[in-house]
Amino acid sequence: MSKTNINFIGNRNIALIFSAVLSIVSIGSLAVRGLQMGIDFTGGTLIEVGYQQAADLTVLRNTLDSSGFADATVQNFGTTKDVLIRLKPHEDVSSVDLSARVLEAINKTTNEPASIRRVEFVGPQVGDDLAEDGFLALLYSTIGILIYVAWRFEWKFAVGSIIATFHDVIVTLGLFSILGLEFDLTVLAAILALIGYSLNDTIVVYDRIRENFRQLRSKSTEEIMNISVNVTLSRTIMTSLTVFLVLVSLFFLGGEVIHNFSIALLFGVVFGTYSSIFIASPAALLLGISAEDLMIPVKEGAELDGRP
Amino acid sequence: MQNHYPLWKNLLVLIVFAVGIIYSLPNLYGDDPSVQVSSTRAVKLAQEQANQVESVIKTAGFNIKAFEFKDGHILARFNSADDQLKAADLLREKMSDDYNVALNLAPTTPAWLRSLGAEAMYLGLDLRGGVHFLLEVDMDAAVKQAEERYNDDVRLALRNEKLRYQSVSKDSGFIKVKLNSADDKPALLKILAKDFRSLDVTEPKEQDQVWLKLSEKEVREIKKFAVAQNMTTLRNRVNELGVAEPVIQQQGENRIVVQLPGVQDTTRAKEILGTTATLEYRLVDVEHDVQKAVEGHVPVGSRLYYERNGNPILLDRRVIVTGDQIVDSSSGVDQDGRPSVNISLNGVGGAKMGKLTQANIGKPMAVVFIEYKVETKVVNGQKVRHKEKVEKVINVATIQGVFSHRFQTTGLDSPQEARNLSLLLRAGALAAPVDIVEERTVGPSLGQDNIDKGMLSFVVGFALVALFMVIYYRLCGVFANIALVFNVFIIIAILSMLQATLTLPGIAGIILTVGMSVDANVLIFERIKEELRNGNTPQSAIYIGFEKAFATILDSNITTLLVAVMLFVFGTGSVKGFAVTLIIGLLSSMFTAITGTRMIMNWVYGNRRVEKLSI
Repeated sequence: MSKTNINFIGNRNIALIFSAVLSIVSIGSLAVRGLQMGIDFTGGTLIEVGYQQAADLTVLRNTLDSSGFADATVQNFGTTKDVLIRLKPHEDVSSVDLSARVLEAINKTTNEPASIRRVEFVGPQVGDDLAEDGFLALLYSTIGILIYVAWRFEWKFAVGSIIATFHDVIVTLGLFSILGLEFDLTVLAAILALIGYSLNDTIVVYDRIRENFRQLRSKSTEEIMNISVNVTLSRTIMTSLTVFLVLVSLFFLGGEVIHNFSIALLFGVVFGTYSSIFIASPAALLLGISAEDLMIPVKEGAELDGRP
Repeated sequence: MQNHYPLWKNLLVLIVFAVGIIYSLPNLYGDDPSVQVSSTRAVKLAQEQANQVESVIKTAGFNIKAFEFKDGHILARFNSADDQLKAADLLREKMSDDYNVALNLAPTTPAWLRSLGAEAMYLGLDLRGGVHFLLEVDMDAAVKQAEERYNDDVRLALRNEKLRYQSVSKDSGFIKVKLNSADDKPALLKILAKDFRSLDVTEPKEQDQVWLKLSEKEVREIKKFAVAQNMTTLRNRVNELGVAEPVIQQQGENRIVVQLPGVQDTTRAKEILGTTATLEYRLVDVEHDVQKAVEGHVPVGSRLYYERNGNPILLDRRVIVTGDQIVDSSSGVDQDGRPSVNISLNGVGGAKMGKLTQANIGKPMAVVFIEYKVETKVVNGQKVRHKEKVEKVINVATIQGVFSHRFQTTGLDSPQEARNLSLLLRAGALAAPVDIVEERTVGPSLGQDNIDKGMLSFVVGFALVALFMVIYYRLCGVFANIALVFNVFIIIAILSMLQATLTLPGIAGIILTVGMSVDANVLIFERIKEELRNGNTPQSAIYIGFEKAFATILDSNITTLLVAVMLFVFGTGSVKGFAVTLIIGLLSSMFTAITGTRMIMNWVYGNRRVEKLSI
């Protein structure tokens, strides 16, 4: 395998412009269209039923309409035999009876009784709590990362890694918004896992930049960054590929429940890889990182310098 | 000597691997659909009762795979879930209320593994099917009830001490005591200081009044007690429902999680969990005119009630016996075949009932059925949850003779209602009403689907990664794959030792870990390649590669760990399961990918001349 030598840093403006456009489009869509929030956050009821034969959605819709569930959305879930019914929080019906009443209504019109696959009811106040907890998890992770990276490396790296990570999160959320995919608890978990992954990738590159700053003193900052990104390139791509492979498996075979989770991570891995190659280092460069920032005498530096 | 592990290090790695394999083994064995029978009373079942249960099942022609009797519990294992369900129904029908029949999935872990304490992971509801409830305890109602209790107690104390008062009443958050004369105030304050320390005393400018309020500490105590008491009651009720391995946990300050694996009839579960149904016994007021009361003139000592058919009836304001005093109850039918509930009272209740029936033979007595219902209504565009206390007179009967501790109540709609009521009375009342604020039910077919799909995507994902590693890193890829296999064993072993709950997102976490944990190996191998390119010998390339990659692996994994911990802290339910597997996976992958791979590479390449690495 030959050494790669691509001028990533020299062409950083192309990547930065591309990312800026992606981010703006994503933020725009998030502002205008918003996210399709699942019942985990909005509250409401979700009923998944299964049939032996393909279900006639029109009949189901009409039945629910005439039974006083005009706000129900009915769609296939995975296969044509599986049907997902969603209901907004109902005011006049006690939530406890809701799913029973819906089932009773649809069983009247269909030939075969529906078998319940799952029922989820989330009260509005629980939805608010879940959303709040999700936000807090995001906030504290960010703060924790900032502190850790600033302590182990340097604050410009910390901010750079946060920029790269947030870029990935925003673009992934943007895609969810543009494609109208449902954002539920598992997707939130995927987003947090994505933060961890994207960061992992970025840290590996930064780690090499730090090492090279200390060893290759004659080179310019840009050159050092370029060398570092290039030598870690095969690792970055290899790891992304292995993660990508398991996610593809999860996406195609893991079933409908885990679908959006896999999509979020698939997007995330692609963008996480992109950002740690194209965004993380230029971000630190823009913040004015230089060799002096990492020249603090540390013991491990001496150890590494021991080699000729 | 380069690339050589001392004996202790080799042994350590091997021991960890061995432990990992042994403790993950129980998960390979499946479950037996089984029926668990225990006593509803505090006593343990005896051998002869076990024999009786066994013969009931065998006479009906079911094949029992294994029949175990241990610690007063009976466990009958079956070959199919169909047999299990039918046998359980049969037992419920044939055995009396004294037996609790529950469906269970009994692990088939062999005895030698069990003797090592190795047990299979606990499967989450999304994998085994069942229902998850989040209940919110109505704290305001609990405090209000306490206020009412204090109100009555203060009044009673005044009466006992012969202090004359105009009124004791609840008003704008206070219990206001109005005395006949201001001269009695010191005496009142003395009583309060002695017996009512949990009340804060305010002396308003009106000299004949004292205002009382629950102290903050008391309110906290009441709330704590309400949740604790409700959990006990819920546990009793769940036991009565016959659910094996239920989970009942407090979540936050005022919420309770109830998980019922295997339960499919959620309507009944909800009825049993959420209801605050109880009974009250009162004398019928026969002296006053009911019609006048309906028009608004309710006599002072009485209260207006309605019967099930809508007829109004006047009852004495004083309660003879409340649900709290009921210690046991069972359902049955009376001599006319109507559904009935047999009641047993405690000492105080029995004495009261005995005294009262003696004095009132020939007079009618009423049974009031009390239930709290929660309804959500929209008021001015705002959702308001509103709790309604439904009180209905279910039965009026003439007292024929003296009775005290044991008696029968009829007037219930159906045998089902009688069964539910007797269950609720037996399990005790909820200290405060609860609302179901979250419900997640997973059918058994979906649970099995989730397991199958999770397993399939795991196997395929693993195979893809392993293949890829071998193609790219050749022999070193094989080393990494061996480490990866052990990584999976260790993750499963740790999850099993912790008796953690495996959920579908948890499986996704393990799959994701498979993809991410080879990262450490990739980092190491890339470093080794680099060192080889720099002209190092294979031996020193291995040595330096591991050395240099270590710091990078540590830094990158700690940041990922940080995020996973946040996910664990703030996640709920299945998301927490994802975080747990991610955390364990990250930690164990550092061990297997670094130390495990190194050990194998040392064995293959260490201590000899190596011309070329297969990397």
